[in-house]
Amino acid sequence: MPKLKEFIADFGWPRIIIFFFLISLFIAAPFVGVRLDASISDVLNRFGQYAILVLALVPMVQAGCGLNFGMALGIVAGLLGSTLSLQFGMKGMFGFLGAIVLATPFSLIFGFMYGKLLNKVKGEEMTIAMYVGFSFVMLMCIMWLILPYNNPTMVWGYAGKGLRTTISVENYWNKVLNDFLAIRIGRFFVFPTGLLLFVAAAAGGMWMFLRSKTGTAMTAVGSNPDYARASGISVDKMRTISVVLSTFLGAVGIIVYEQSFGFIQLYSAPSPMVFPAIAALLIGGASVNKATMVNVVVGTFLFQGLLTMTPSVINSILQTDMSEVIRIIVSNGMILYALTRKTKVTK
Amino acid sequence: MSAQKKLGRFISEYAVVIIFTVITVACIKPSGLSLTYIIQEIITRLGRNSFLVLSLLLPIFAGMGLNFGMTLGAMAGQIGLIFAVDWGIAGWQGLVFAVLVGLPVSLLLGWVCGAVMNKAKGREMVTGYILAFFINGIYQFVVLYMMGSVIPLRSAAITLSRGYGVRNTLNLESVRQSLDTLLMLKIGPFMVPGAAFIVIALLCVFIVWFKKTKLGQDMRAVGQDMAVADAAGIPVERTRIVAILISTVLACIGQIIFLQNMGNLATYNAHDQTGFFAVAAILVGGASVTKANIPNVFVGVILLHAMFIVSPLAGQRLFGSAMIGEYFRQFIGYGVIALSLVLYAWRSRKAIDNARAGLRQGAAGSSGASGAVDANNKGAAK
Amino acid sequence: MGQDSPLLALRAVSKDFYGNVVLQDVSFDLRAGEILGLVGENGAGKTTLMSILFGMPVIAETGGFKGSILIDGQEVHFGSPFDALDAGIGMVHQEFSLIPGFTTTENIVLNRESMRPSILNEVFGDRMSILDRSDMKKRSESAIAKLGVNLDPGMLVSEMPVGHKQFTEIAREISRKATRILVLDEPTAVLTESEADVLLATLKRLSSEGIAIIFISHRLKEVVDIADRIVVLRDGHAVKDVPAKGVSVRDIASWMVGRSMTDAAAASKDKLFGAEILSVEHLWVDMPGETVRDVSIRVRQGEILGIGGLAGQGKLGIPNGVMGLYPSGGVVTLQGKAVPLNEPRTALKAGMAFVSEDRRGVGLLLDESLDWNIAFTAMQIHGQYLKKIAGGLFTQRDEAGMKKLCEEYIQLLDIKCTGTKQKAKELSGGNQQKICLAKAFAMKPELLFVSEPTRGIDVGAKRLVLDTLRHYNRDYGTTIVMVSSELEELRSICDRIAIVDEGRIAGILPPTADIADFGLLMAGMKVDTTAEVANA
Repeated sequence: MPKLKEFIADFGWPRIIIFFFLISLFIAAPFVGVRLDASISDVLNRFGQYAILVLALVPMVQAGCGLNFGMALGIVAGLLGSTLSLQFGMKGMFGFLGAIVLATPFSLIFGFMYGKLLNKVKGEEMTIAMYVGFSFVMLMCIMWLILPYNNPTMVWGYAGKGLRTTISVENYWNKVLNDFLAIRIGRFFVFPTGLLLFVAAAAGGMWMFLRSKTGTAMTAVGSNPDYARASGISVDKMRTISVVLSTFLGAVGIIVYEQSFGFIQLYSAPSPMVFPAIAALLIGGASVNKATMVNVVVGTFLFQGLLTMTPSVINSILQTDMSEVIRIIVSNGMILYALTRKTKVTK
Repeated sequence: MSAQKKLGRFISEYAVVIIFTVITVACIKPSGLSLTYIIQEIITRLGRNSFLVLSLLLPIFAGMGLNFGMTLGAMAGQIGLIFAVDWGIAGWQGLVFAVLVGLPVSLLLGWVCGAVMNKAKGREMVTGYILAFFINGIYQFVVLYMMGSVIPLRSAAITLSRGYGVRNTLNLESVRQSLDTLLMLKIGPFMVPGAAFIVIALLCVFIVWFKKTKLGQDMRAVGQDMAVADAAGIPVERTRIVAILISTVLACIGQIIFLQNMGNLATYNAHDQTGFFAVAAILVGGASVTKANIPNVFVGVILLHAMFIVSPLAGQRLFGSAMIGEYFRQFIGYGVIALSLVLYAWRSRKAIDNARAGLRQGAAGSSGASGAVDANNKGAAK
Repeated sequence: MGQDSPLLALRAVSKDFYGNVVLQDVSFDLRAGEILGLVGENGAGKTTLMSILFGMPVIAETGGFKGSILIDGQEVHFGSPFDALDAGIGMVHQEFSLIPGFTTTENIVLNRESMRPSILNEVFGDRMSILDRSDMKKRSESAIAKLGVNLDPGMLVSEMPVGHKQFTEIAREISRKATRILVLDEPTAVLTESEADVLLATLKRLSSEGIAIIFISHRLKEVVDIADRIVVLRDGHAVKDVPAKGVSVRDIASWMVGRSMTDAAAASKDKLFGAEILSVEHLWVDMPGETVRDVSIRVRQGEILGIGGLAGQGKLGIPNGVMGLYPSGGVVTLQGKAVPLNEPRTALKAGMAFVSEDRRGVGLLLDESLDWNIAFTAMQIHGQYLKKIAGGLFTQRDEAGMKKLCEEYIQLLDIKCTGTKQKAKELSGGNQQKICLAKAFAMKPELLFVSEPTRGIDVGAKRLVLDTLRHYNRDYGTTIVMVSSELEELRSICDRIAIVDEGRIAGILPPTADIADFGLLMAGMKVDTTAEVANA
């Protein structure tokens, strides 16, 4: 009995409630006319779509830099990569990988500068990250309008310059991962093998990184910076590495998202992508300074499961669309819960 | 301190004000707007926004940082207005009614906000920010689903066609400008909403008076050092909650003043940017996370809104695109908050380092030159 | 009738923390207008005694105390410091409890401000009263006048020199009408000599006005100067309670420290010491609470050098500074090569290792497993316990190697745990200390610093730790520098013992030296050490 109590206290009531709520939605689905196979396929799809963005948060959490509210920077790097990939007409798997390659230098530069900034403001990282992220996104809005892209599928028709808000990747690299070795069962179920393989590879890579010398040092910094310093580790250096890594993965994450979703979303789109990722990681059991691969997978699955199942099931039951409201309450409630738990505050 | 150091200190403390003034002045000419127009706009916006910004002062005194949770008060005020319009109470009486309805809601929400922030000491700002989103979800739920069904609405005009939930846009015709027009003064070429300014002045008087009370003194003590205040017997947690409570109630009233001037209520979005604009204003006015005063509020509102008035048009003229002006405006808005926070965090780290360097040369009894009170050489058995 | 019963009386006060006895049967009286000097080494029980007197919650939380406290002959029970304050006991702590942005006056009357009622009192309660600033100023001025010092009532605390902050603290206590007993814990530690003189004069004046004072200080000269009576605590007992007349500093020192000469280290007779391995010159270290001002010392290869001294005098700062954990300056040379300061990595790589006194804060990763904790430094500094993959392109933790290392030390140090994967936070204090030692040993250092190696661990574990240190020193030739507050411990294992006072080395003595000499060095008095040992 005490072990169960300890598990519940550690795991937290909110997570348990979410878990059972999701299960009940799955059970209820067939009874309200929602196809189970379509639902599961949807959930798998959305899981793969978002997983890398959630994974991107892990390095900074482990290094004690807190939740990366400034992930918008990484996303912008990814947008630069993907728009350039389209500009150069790169198609198929080549186009997808090209987008990542093109995004890399941007993500490294942004990450490095962002890391240096965060090192100067230890203790107030989260609020500052948020506003740095927002202002940078706005700056990029100006950039999207004036950068010299000229691919006709990307720019506004009549003016001939300035990128559109949403750009389709239909003829370039839409679903190249999803469809890779995909398994189709019936009309409604698609298992996006390539996508899930990619996610598995990324998670595996992160797992191996955390077991390397640098990764071990990084975890120690997040766990107890004084201990790490006494062992000769440069706390600032580890933090910067974690920020660069997070930013890079953010860039990769948005590109993976785009190929699955089918569109590149510019202008003010990056900002609202950050909070759901953070909420997902927290739902998966992470804390402000510890996150594992299990947290990423479980959290993304639960969160996206909730987002997928709630509209279809509840809307069928209540004949009304409550999904947005539920999404707001759940995701923000989760972050709130994590913030109010007794954890060690980074100093 | 040498003159150079003094100048450096001055610049870093007022960096944000300086940047803003420079940008705004630079944009006036290209915007093509007349000075009269700009000043009139500023007067209107002062009357509209000052109350909201003033509500941020108390939490800063109490050491809780920038109260992004003021949005909760704004939501309470909106609920008040919904009922005022629903019950058909017009004019300034409608506003009073809205305040009365919003008061208990803002007290409840303020208490929740304060209690949550007490659980997240050291992270109040982020927590307030997220709490605002969370309560927004509940607000949406209440206004979109419960009003008209569980909570009866009298007027079908404000209800959605499906039978429950409030319309997306609420015309506030009945109470529109009712505070402003109570005492509209004409000073030179300018129309000044006298009543609004009187209300704002009353709040300023209240704040000044409040600082002289025991509660105000306790808040200041708690804001500077919770441990010392606690050791002296001051009820720290309760004092913090009171600070947020008052702030939330003021935000409620402030939002009502704001909306009566605007004339209509975007039911589901009006409060989205409330926190952002108020925080940006006070930071632009020279306040920091731990220090703010009444002049900061007014200087900030004037500067921020002046910039917001001229930059879109300036952007259009300079870059040929209204969009760029708009984006530029938002970029500066977010950027100034980021810059203020960074400067503040960087400065407080430096202060700690400087204090330690001063102690380093070993001389006991040397002047403790900065804000850090600490005892070097603790020398007793533990 | 009340004249005869003392103002304050402690009767048979005893306290233990979960079986660890800290105070045993302490009794003494205090009369109005009397200054009592309370002295004792670290761990003698002074702080605990004051915590009991002041009703600190930690006492009740750890099982309360035995015995009684009487004020004016009546027994009292303090549930919190506020009860003690109400009963008339004022305490001036080591850490200033002041609001930096408030003025002297505001701090003196903090939470006891003079108030005038206002209109809102009816609705919103007492706290809406307006502050009566002119009355507050009057009260603070009268308190300052009582002290006889020159404090500006309107100055902000943040802009005051340290001495003035101390006086503000005291003014606060005596401005309370009820205060009849004033306890001062090392009040002169932060003062210059002239400020200290002013303070002592003030205390004399206060006592002449009837306030009873308990004056805790390790500066024995001051104690002799102003105390009317002296109480010496040693190992939790009040070993001496005498009038101050005719008592010399040397007397106090030997009472403080004195046990009869038990087995001092005879082992060092047979030891051969090599050449100098470590040389430290003019070291200063900025470690809060343990500032080092100017330390020069040489360590011989193969010896065990002890560093002792009272708390806060700087002994803990020395290893922390040399290992780069706190800002420091000076010249450190290891085996003839200069070691740059302020770089923990360089110090570790050069062959030094450090077991910190802050076991939980610096020594351990509480949330990680034991094998992590032990292997970590060796992994990061020497690249051990890593598997190289793809020709060294990247590395992976060698979990099997880490496990083996951990098991080795579990056996060697008899660490009680459920396995190599147990989280460090679950171990007892003594076993945690062994993990910290294991981590340092895994580095195979040439020179090992250990700070407070047996603090807070039980007798059996203490023995094991000391035996292990001896073993490494004897069989592997590891030079050991051991910092400890326990003089007995140092005397039982060290070849030489240096005593630190006020951030400097007061002197170096062999373990067989007269106990009183150690006491004197700790109290900042000079002792003839030339006949004792070849110094530096």
